[in-house]
Amino acid sequence: MFGLSFDQLLDIALTAFETIAILLAVVIAAALLIWVERRLLGVWQDRYGPNRVGPFGILQVAADMIKIFFKEDWIPPFADKTVFVIAPAIIMFTTLMAFAVVPFTETIGVVDLNIGLLFILAMSSLGVYSVILAGWSSDNKYALLGGMRTAAQMISYEVFMGLSLLGVVLLAGSFDMRVIVESQAGMWNIIPQFPAFVIFLIAGCAEIHRAPFDLPEAEQELTAGYHTEYSGMKFGMFFVGEYLGIVLISCLITVLFFGGWLGPILPGFVWFALKAGFFVCFFVLLRAATVRPRYDQLMSFGWKILLPIALVNVAITGAVVVAMA
Amino acid sequence: MEIAFYTAAIVAVAATMRVITCANAVHALLYLITSLLAVAVVFYALGAPFAAALEVIVYAGAIMVLFVFVVMMLNFNAETTQRERSWLAPRLWAGPGVLGLVLLGVVAVALGGVESGAHIDGTPLNAREIGMQMFGPYVLVVELAAFVLLAALVVAAHLGREERPPDHVKTAREGRNARKS
Repeated sequence: MFGLSFDQLLDIALTAFETIAILLAVVIAAALLIWVERRLLGVWQDRYGPNRVGPFGILQVAADMIKIFFKEDWIPPFADKTVFVIAPAIIMFTTLMAFAVVPFTETIGVVDLNIGLLFILAMSSLGVYSVILAGWSSDNKYALLGGMRTAAQMISYEVFMGLSLLGVVLLAGSFDMRVIVESQAGMWNIIPQFPAFVIFLIAGCAEIHRAPFDLPEAEQELTAGYHTEYSGMKFGMFFVGEYLGIVLISCLITVLFFGGWLGPILPGFVWFALKAGFFVCFFVLLRAATVRPRYDQLMSFGWKILLPIALVNVAITGAVVVAMA
Repeated sequence: MEIAFYTAAIVAVAATMRVITCANAVHALLYLITSLLAVAVVFYALGAPFAAALEVIVYAGAIMVLFVFVVMMLNFNAETTQRERSWLAPRLWAGPGVLGLVLLGVVAVALGGVESGAHIDGTPLNAREIGMQMFGPYVLVVELAAFVLLAALVVAAHLGREERPPDHVKTAREGRNARKS
């Protein structure tokens, strides 16, 4: 068929199966997070959280999904219809695409691009459009303000995110995520690259605009920010897209700073899931424990504190790498 | 890789045409972003994945976001779209368009006759080789680019600084306030 041998066809079929399996696993994990987050917030705020539907309330996810699928999907008559519909799809698309280069174990992973890390940065920078276009196309002043805040916040924090990763790239000598994990066999990057880790954690949180960096949707000032006019499954896409972002940033922290699948005794996948799961919970704790900064505080914190630290980190790492070579 | 190259090239040209003919500014910008993404695919097909990634990060992901950011605040409405459309009347662009097509035909025929020996195979050039080139033979260009960017940064800082009164004005005012209280 198409001049391909049986082996090649089998290979293509296996890759396709692997891709779909990873996509499903990631989306299901993101959906489950809706429940996990509410339960964990309950623990930290000394209350129960949703515990009625099914054992420990786990079927709350199903209930939420059913509700969101059957809600009326309303497009405001004053909105720019095409852009309004495209916007929520962009965030889902870019986030899911970024998972393509994440190496989950020695063998699981869709593709090993030699520009893997740049690919993730590219996808995350395209993700900005989702929020900006949603804000603009809604033709609503709160949505527009939310969209504008996002544009400034995400472009700024992308800079620090990219700079913090340069140290990791310098140590591994490659943008390939798999090579980066393998380079950490002796020592996890968290030790030599601790400042980079802190910056990446903060910038990553700002990239997916999670609390305390959720200024684009600060409900006290902007009702719901960029997704004020969204309802039904389109709102659901933003909602799940945010959780996908948490899973992605947690996976990236695991891969870049905590040795990915590396670890003793337990199989690679379990280690990866444990490490990523820890950071997912950490992001929920951040939401429970921190307050939202003012907009100018957010910006000056980024440009006046994170940027110099990231630059110094790159310079020192570069000097050490050159000295060792 | 040849198929990828030509598909992306066609998408890039078509999207760029729509950038010019689109009456709604934000829609035109969306086509421009598509065009830049298509150019990134062209780079990738030509064996420059690093340039492709930077094209997406820098052009599509940062510069165009600022364009959208500015256009968003200009508050375009049905009236401006209508005005834009009236500027795109066929009698205005038909003549130059036809003449331009003739030129394009001449260039295509001329290029068709040249046997360059180059072909699209998509052999990737990795980041290390690009780095060696940038800080080897082309280091002067990199330094010049850095100069230009630094100048731009200084200008932006100058334009964006807060307006405050000169020091002697301020002291006079403070003195007056001190007397009042």
